[in-house]
Order: sequence, then structure tokens, then C-alpha cells
Amino acid sequence: MNSHIVLKVASKVLIPLIVVFGLYVQFHGDFGAGGGFQAGVIVAVAVILYALVFGLEEARRAVPPAVAKIGAALGVVIYAGVGIVSIALGGNYLDYFVIPGGQHIGVLLVEIGVLLTVASVMLLIFYAFAGRAREIPDEEW
Amino acid sequence: MTPEIAFLPGWLVQHAPPLLVVTPLIAGVIAAVLPSARASWGIVLAITFFAAAMASFIAMQVMEVGVWSYALGSWAPPLGIEYRIDGLNAGMLLLVAVIGFLCAIYAPASVEAEVAPENRSAFYGAFLICFAGLLGVAITGDAFNVFVFLEISSISTYALVAMGAGRDRRALTASYNYLIMGTIGATFFVIGVGFLYMATGTLNMADIADRLQGLEGDRTVQAGFAFIVVGLGLKLAMYPLHSWLPNAYSYAPTLVTAFLAATATKVAFYTLIRFVFGVFDPGFGFAGLSMIWLIAPLAAAGMVVASFQAVFQSDVRRLFAYSSVAQVGYMLLGVGLGTAAGMSASFLHLFNHALMKGTVFLALGAMWLGFGVTRITDLRGMGRTMPYTSAAFVIGGLSLVGVPGTAGFVSKWALLVACLDRGWWWAVLALGAASVLAFFYVGRVLEMMYLREPPQHDGHAVTRSPAPLAALAPMWILAAANLVFGIWADIPVRLANAAAAAVLGSAP
Amino acid sequence: MVEFFAERFNYAVVIILMMTGLYVVFSSSNLVKKLVGLSVFQTSVFLLYISVGKVAGGRPPIVEPPHHGEGEAVTGAAAATAEAGHGAETEALVGAEPSHGAEAAHGADAAHGLAPTAPAPAPAGFGGDIPAPDHMTPDGVLDAVYSNPLPHVLILTAIVVGVATLAVGLALVVRIRETYGGIEEDELHQGDLGAERA
Repeated sequence: MNSHIVLKVASKVLIPLIVVFGLYVQFHGDFGAGGGFQAGVIVAVAVILYALVFGLEEARRAVPPAVAKIGAALGVVIYAGVGIVSIALGGNYLDYFVIPGGQHIGVLLVEIGVLLTVASVMLLIFYAFAGRAREIPDEEW
Repeated sequence: MTPEIAFLPGWLVQHAPPLLVVTPLIAGVIAAVLPSARASWGIVLAITFFAAAMASFIAMQVMEVGVWSYALGSWAPPLGIEYRIDGLNAGMLLLVAVIGFLCAIYAPASVEAEVAPENRSAFYGAFLICFAGLLGVAITGDAFNVFVFLEISSISTYALVAMGAGRDRRALTASYNYLIMGTIGATFFVIGVGFLYMATGTLNMADIADRLQGLEGDRTVQAGFAFIVVGLGLKLAMYPLHSWLPNAYSYAPTLVTAFLAATATKVAFYTLIRFVFGVFDPGFGFAGLSMIWLIAPLAAAGMVVASFQAVFQSDVRRLFAYSSVAQVGYMLLGVGLGTAAGMSASFLHLFNHALMKGTVFLALGAMWLGFGVTRITDLRGMGRTMPYTSAAFVIGGLSLVGVPGTAGFVSKWALLVACLDRGWWWAVLALGAASVLAFFYVGRVLEMMYLREPPQHDGHAVTRSPAPLAALAPMWILAAANLVFGIWADIPVRLANAAAAAVLGSAP
Repeated sequence: MVEFFAERFNYAVVIILMMTGLYVVFSSSNLVKKLVGLSVFQTSVFLLYISVGKVAGGRPPIVEPPHHGEGEAVTGAAAATAEAGHGAETEALVGAEPSHGAEAAHGADAAHGLAPTAPAPAPAGFGGDIPAPDHMTPDGVLDAVYSNPLPHVLILTAIVVGVATLAVGLALVVRIRETYGGIEEDELHQGDLGAERA
């Protein structure tokens, strides 16, 4: 179990950085290149790296597939919910300008929904495929 | 647009177009993650009912007031995405929503027999998302949005078809082939939309139509037209591009076959009409010419060849899948005529075909549930063992042949008259030939059901075993619609005329 | 002749990729290779759209902040262009008159009023207190040339659709391999024929 100590330490340092970078891309979407899609993939990559180094089972304990499933659904609900809220506030569907805080808040919420869904779906796809293959034993690395 | 119907809350009325699409989408993802399949089915039933109610309200409103345009996010078209409902797609929305609701009633019977328990919630989720995608294709007025919704519905359809693997593993390869062909079709469509965007700089369909005036000889536009027709032709199983359809229909779960046969190809057909007539002007030399020299002859060939292939099938659902390809030919022929009468007949046939194929595939589904019927020889004596289901099947089958008194007769007659008006004798001939062949392939099945003895099992004849009510009710609603619309064809004819009028430019 | 093609090399790349992809889809009998071909085919379309969005000499379509600390105005402009600007014309980006005067000083509205036929959207609640960015002349005309961002947004959507298709396709291949024990088309045919006879 102590065989890939360098990998394990390095990825433990990297994973938080990757997540932070994902969040940076997410919120930088307001000012330039970036946004929920890209950020979602980056956040998912953090978990996938964890799974590659520490094993699929560990990753499944950290982020259970059931949670990812709910996250995927929740993201869509947030996105569409912003639209419903804007109807409730008297605008058209997805009219950001009637939401308190205006377009800025509207787009931000929608992008958070996108982040959640993309990250969860990427992770679910990874789990689905990785779960089919046989685990690689330590000696074969 | 001022709402006039008072019993619905104001906001619901005013925002009906986006809510019609978004509620199934939200409900779909929720249904997919629920732990209990029963609860998921409850959501499906409630949402499809809601959608059917909304769609009928929207259709009434459009019939009375005229075109209903809804600007998403309050960005006025042509800049923003517009949901635009006119006489053409009001009927499509109604058709998809009602068929969706009827299939939802039948759903648990089929799902419990055919889908593995851990996949059931996902199945219902995919069903709702497919439903939302089809409604979205029909409602939107934005060319790129059409692609997005088309793929939303198609990708969930691939998953739905593959779920038939529990019954027959060939569902997997069928779904894979459908995925390859469907994606090529969608990509062709996107290329076509890209060419139109290059030529006009806009994606709003009405706006594209305006700006295409005077671009008749433009080769970019012509290339776009070709890509769009081929791309959508793949999606709607236009005759030489239909190879994915028979397998997908034969091996999908019975519920999915009934739903797809009645809606998916119809929506793709609607999109083709919308582009050929609503975006490109058929008065354009090349669009009009390709209708007469390409679409109409292919339609006639498809009618005859696919009907001929249907006669020789041994798998009963495959037989009716080939018949679906042939029926798409009827619809395309009406469009190829390019006249108002042809267009109206074509739309009438679209509605009626949805009714008859809905009946036939629901009946075949019930027979599979009862006796595991897949081959025609399995149908022996079905008239005695499953009398109510068989009777509904007979109505659907006769309607398919076009026996007077059924809905199929009304639309075939309208098509025949339209062909005669245009003086296309070869088309009349093809219609006649295809109808005779339809008589043979339906007759073959009916002969098996009513004139043969039920099979022996352990030395005894198999006894009666009527289908559950959940399967009988939607089947008989559709069968009754076949009869009612065969005698009082008023409502469908009005819808079809409104559609033809909307397409050909006069007021609905 | 050479010049003619050199000026249109992007289309040449698109056509080559497109034909390669389609050829692989149709000629290969391995299910995974077919999906690879399909992906190449889709990618060619992404390139087609993006090369169309490029305006000669255009800058990236990101509106620079007027001064630091006033990011709000930028948000509005960039997002409005990206999210709702369906239909802004490539040519129109070069110094088109926005269709409305007073509000046009506003980043988002200017980006938006670019299409010639645009009816002023000006949705309710749109605050008018955000100062105009620097690079805009007082009457609200952009003085820089921007590439068209719309194709990028469309292609972002198309890429997501492509990823979803690929995921479903690969999932099907995995299931096919588990059930049939192979992913070559003729093996599958043989397997089904055998099952039919049995």
C-alpha cells in the first residue's frame, strides 16, 4: 500500500488546487473566458484523479454515485428553476432582469447549475465505465 | 397575447409555451433519481397529463387568435430564442402530448415485464426527457434550438431502445446503429444550419426566411438545403435512409416502439416541412425542383418497396416497422405535390398514421405481455385468446389498409384526390400498389389471428387471457379515434388545413 | 489557383476531416472505431462553425473593463453577447449603429443592438447606471472589431451534445461486448444468426 507514496502525496496537494482552479474558471466566466461547462469538467477531474491514485472504491466513498446522481438532477433543477422564478417575478422564462440583482445574479445561478450537472455527469460517466473494468493490481503499475 | 380562458391561472396561461417544454424536462431528471419506480411513474403520468392539457389549450388559443410568439428571456426575436406556435406546430404539440399521455398509462405494464428493476426509474426519466425534446423540436422557432432538442430526444431514445436488451439482446446493436445513423443525420442538419447562418447571419427561422429572399442562386443556401433535407431524412426514415428503423422498432421495449412510431418520426417530418416550406421558399427553383424530382419519386418508391418488404417479414413488429417506412412515403408524397391539397392530405395522414400505428403497436405490446408474441406464427388464434386486444388491432390494421369508415381511408382518399388534381398518374398507381400490398401484409396477420386454431399447450388449447386494463384503455382510445375520425373527420381536417395554410403562407 | 485554396484553407481542413470521419464510420467494422470516426466527423463541423465566426483582424469578443473595479458593466456585456445574442451578424460587428440612442451607451445594449433589425430589447429592470466602457465612442459605437462569439456558444452546446452521444455510444459498446463477447460487426452477425438457428 506504500508503493506510490510520491503519487499519493503529490495528488493530495494537487486535488484541492484543481478544485480551486475549477472554481476560479467558474467565477471568471463573468469577466472573460470560463464558465460552468469548463469548470464542471475541471472539478470532475479532481475526483477522477483521486480515483486513479487511491482506487475507485475510495473515490466512491468520497463522492458516492448516488450523490453525483442527485447533483446532476439538482443542477438541471437550479437552471430551470431560475427560469421558473423569473416567471414568478413577472418576467418571461429565463428573464434575468427581473431577478433581484439583475442579470449578474441570474447568470451566476444558472452557471452554478451547469457546474453541478456537468461535474456530476462527468463523474457518473467515469464511474460507469471504470466500474466495468477489472481493478489494476499494484504490481502491474 | 392576451389570455382568454379564465379557469387557468394567469401566469400559467401566459407562459404556457416554455412551461410545456420545461416541466417534462425538470420532472424527467427528478424521475430518473427517485428510488421508487412507482413514484417515477406517478410523475410521468401527472406531467404528461399536464402537458396534454397545456397543448390542447395552446392549440385552441392558436386556432382562435393566430400565431403565438414567446420570447425566451425577454430577448426579442430575432436576437433571442423564440418559441413560435402557428397552425402547423399547434397540432404537432397536441399529437405528441396526447400520445405521450396514453403511452404513460400503458407504461407500468410494459416496464415491469421488460425493464430490469434497477433501470426502471432511469427508464421513466429518459421517457420524459425524450417527450420534452420532441415537444421542444415542435415548439421552437430557432434553427439551432431545433438541433439541440432533436438531440435531447434522440439521445434519450437510444437509451430507451437499448433497454429492450432484457428481452432480446439485439436491442443493443439496433440502438447502436440508430445512434450512428441518428448522429450522422443530426450532424448533417447542423452543417445545413451553419450554411444558412453563413448566408443570412441569423438563426431565427422566420428571419432566415425573410433574408433568403433574393438569395435564390446562392450556392451556400443550396448546399444548406441539401444537408438539411438529407439530415432530417435520416431522422424521419425517408426511404433509402431508413435502415436503422426496422431493428430499432422490433427490439425496443413495446412501450417505446408505440411511442416512437407515433411521435418521433412525425416530429422529424414536421421539422422537414418547416424548413422546406417555412424557411426555404418552395417557389425557389431548386427547392421546388427537388420536391418534384427527388422527394416525390423517392416517396413513391419507398411506399411500394417498403410495403413489399413488409409482406415477407416473419417478425410481426418488424412487419409494421417496414409499414411505417411505407407510410412516411405517403406523407412525403403529399408534400412533394407542393399543393395546398397535397400538404393538407399529408398532415392528415400524419395524424391518422400516429393513431393507427399507436393502436397496432400497443396491441402488439399487449400480445407480447400476454403470450410473448414476436413472430407472425405466434399469433395463431389470438382472436379467441385475446379478443379485445385483437379487435383493437383489427381496427388499426384496417385503418392502415384504408378501408372506408376508418381514419386511414379519409387521408388516403385526400391524398388520392390531391394526386389526381396535379395529374400525377404514376403517383396514383404507386398509391394503389402500396394499398394492395398493405392489404396483403395486414391480411396475413389477421388470417393468422382469426382463421387458425389457438396453439396447443400441454395437450390443451391455450385459454383466454385478456390484457390488463392499463394496456386496453389507451389502445381502445386510439382505436376509437381511428373510427371516429374516419366518420367525422372534422377536427383533424381542420387542423391539417390550418397546418397547410400556415405552411403555404396564407392565414391559418 | 494556389491562392484560391490558401485563402480557404480552413474549409479544406474541414472537408478533409469530414470525409475522413464519414469514411471511417462506414468502412470500419469495429464498433469503437466507428465511434472514433463519428467524433472526427462532428469535430469537423465544430471547426466549420468556429472558422465562420472569425472576423479578420477581430479581437476576442470580451469587452475590457473601463477601469479596474468596475467589472459589473463587463459582466453584462459579455454575458449578453454570449447568452442571448443569437443572430448578431458577423459583418454587422464592424461599426453598426445601435438602434437605440440613450441606452446604447450601455455595454450590454450596445453589444446587443448590433444586428440591424434588432428591436430594442431593453428588458424591464435594466439599470442605466453603469458607465460606458472606454473603447466606445460617446454615441455608443464600438471602436474595436470583435470576432463573432455566437458560433462559439453554439459549438459549446454542440460539443456537449457530442460528448453525450459518445458516452451513450461507448456505453452501448460496453454492453454489446458483455453480451456478445466481441465488438466486430461480423462477429455480432454470426452470433445473432447462431442464436436464431438455436
